[in-house]
Amino acid sequence: MFHDLKKAVVGTAAATALMAGVAGASTAQAETELTMYYPVAVGGPLTEIVDGMVADFMAENPDITVNAIYAGNYNDARIKALAALKGGEPAQLSVMFSIDIYDLIEQDAIVAFDDIVETDEEKAWLNSFYPTLMENGRTGGKTWGIPFQRSTIVMYYNKDAFRDAGLDPEAQPATWDALVEAGQALTKDDGSRWGVMIPSTGYPYWMFGALAMQNDQVLMNGEGTETYFDAEPTVEALDFWRSLGTEHGVMPEGTIEWGTLRQNFLEGKTAIMWHSTGNLTAVKENASFDFGVAMLPANERRGTPTGGGNFYIFKDATPEERSAALKLIRFMTAPERAAEWSMKTGYMGVSPAAYETEVLQAYVEEFPYAAVARDQLEFATAELSTYQTGRVRKALDDAIQAALTGSKTPAEALGEAQATADRLLKPYR
Amino acid sequence: MRHVIGWLLLTPAAILLIAFTYWPIGATVADSLFSRGNPIRPSRFIGLENYALMADDPIFWQVLWNNALFALGTIPASITLALLMALMVNRALPGRALARMAFFTPTILPMIAVANIWLFFYTPDIGLIDQIAGLVGLPGHNWLGDPDTVLGAIIVMTVWKEAGFFMIFYLAALQTIPPELWEAARLEGAARWTYFRRILFPLLMPTTLFVLINAILNSFKLVDHLFILTKGGPDNASNLLLYYIFETAFSFFDTTYAATLTVVLLALLAVLSLVQYGVLDKRIHYR
Repeated sequence: MFHDLKKAVVGTAAATALMAGVAGASTAQAETELTMYYPVAVGGPLTEIVDGMVADFMAENPDITVNAIYAGNYNDARIKALAALKGGEPAQLSVMFSIDIYDLIEQDAIVAFDDIVETDEEKAWLNSFYPTLMENGRTGGKTWGIPFQRSTIVMYYNKDAFRDAGLDPEAQPATWDALVEAGQALTKDDGSRWGVMIPSTGYPYWMFGALAMQNDQVLMNGEGTETYFDAEPTVEALDFWRSLGTEHGVMPEGTIEWGTLRQNFLEGKTAIMWHSTGNLTAVKENASFDFGVAMLPANERRGTPTGGGNFYIFKDATPEERSAALKLIRFMTAPERAAEWSMKTGYMGVSPAAYETEVLQAYVEEFPYAAVARDQLEFATAELSTYQTGRVRKALDDAIQAALTGSKTPAEALGEAQATADRLLKPYR
Repeated sequence: MRHVIGWLLLTPAAILLIAFTYWPIGATVADSLFSRGNPIRPSRFIGLENYALMADDPIFWQVLWNNALFALGTIPASITLALLMALMVNRALPGRALARMAFFTPTILPMIAVANIWLFFYTPDIGLIDQIAGLVGLPGHNWLGDPDTVLGAIIVMTVWKEAGFFMIFYLAALQTIPPELWEAARLEGAARWTYFRRILFPLLMPTTLFVLINAILNSFKLVDHLFILTKGGPDNASNLLLYYIFETAFSFFDTTYAATLTVVLLALLAVLSLVQYGVLDKRIHYR
């Protein structure tokens, strides 16, 4: 038996050596090798799609090898990419949270795209995306992030539940009042169905950015140095969120889990959910009922933050690697690929040109909800992002959760969060 | 000469310990005395300022308190349960192997997998717990979304996960106790409870100490489930010291403050181990 084992080991080793030789031969002609980290924040087989796109790129560009490494959620991806950089491992580009921009600049980890693009055509490319999606990628007059897996928040609703409650399934609640009214009709007294669920774990500040915007209030300035957590409209927005559970009884009290919300919606436990467009394809494939997708409702105005991940290029990359990385990013965000990515995931086509491709036009024709996120872009704003963003965000997250669970009043909780943010951001002003 | 050989024999272990334990501890303590640096403003020596900051940090005090509750909730419960389970499957009973296996299963599962399963147990309305409660007419509850129940929910899950592991140690210890002791006790007319209290439990004390140390360490070390279940929320109600250290280091990139918190964690663990080995050990009867 040991003899067999030995033979097997020797055989495997020989085969490995042979394969390494073959691989060595094939990489010999590859001039540039890129390592890219990317995250996946919503369900679905997104890694296969990214890996497929990267394989297509390598087939088209035999002189560039790309190691695309799936790195968990946004937080994990940032940690892994930065750890690799600090540890001297190669990493030339990464998809990371669009809101990491200030931290990455402060750490001197990334390079602005303005310093990489050379030709006029490349400079024009920088302006080919939806301007709203660029808000989180630009600061100090430079472009640091290129939109890739970008989303907004949309309202998913169960049309069967609407019919069951005697509501018109095509009359989507377009205002806060209408949302409360529909919610009351949809909520069943025995607790078997809730009217609305807005998730408040994972990314509470994101959902809250939508409510604040709908009350005509942004959460921070464009330089990432000021927050407006205790502004009157912000406090009102949190009051409204809390009142859905306490006063109107259309949403469960306490916090609502981000990770299991889609399952709640698919099982009919809530008639309406607010969630990332990144869930669209998963909901489409798994819903056993007739569902609809609508823009978020308005109070003073409509509003949602954008969300999701941008491409960044690291400063450590050599000039050749930078231009290869640029090539890869241009490939991944080209209209046809953006269209395909959007159809397979529900994330947005990042440029107007993506929605002009035939495939995506045909898809939107057949499935109009695929365009809701795009149409909503008109009302969208940047996602909360400041210097010291992790701590500032946590201060707001804690305040939201404290208010929703009733341990503090919205005004009190947001006042504390603002004081924390002021303390953290003072050195940057 | 014998000296040299002795030291040589120690070298491999010493190198590993120094490289991966003592050096990092020293570096952590040193880091905690510096300010957070970045390429624009380099880190500088600030003495104990990080510690002053920590004393003023309400989240630090909350996670410390949470950790104390978590330890009190998990340690006695998991040890008692482990002992009960071990006594149960130590006897001849039908399907004994199956019962042992069932008790041990939670230990085999990775914590992340366990947390994902329990996430769905605890989900309001559609979760297993609420569905069972619904059968007997109880209303659903938002277990992980309510600051009053979230820590309890996590404690229950941790006890479920840990008890099986500790059971194995008790089971092994029980097998080494000669059956004559029970026979002798019975001849003397001792009741089952007296036998347990006066003979069995004292003989199990070395195991209990070992299990206790492990349980205490785990109550500070185990935070994997927080990543899946609550991320420390709502509003830090389930946040534990080690998770807060992780957040500080990797979400906020504040490595020096994270080092400060780590020093506190190390000091706490060191004191606890000293107390256990120094005080309890003397009262334990080793055969």
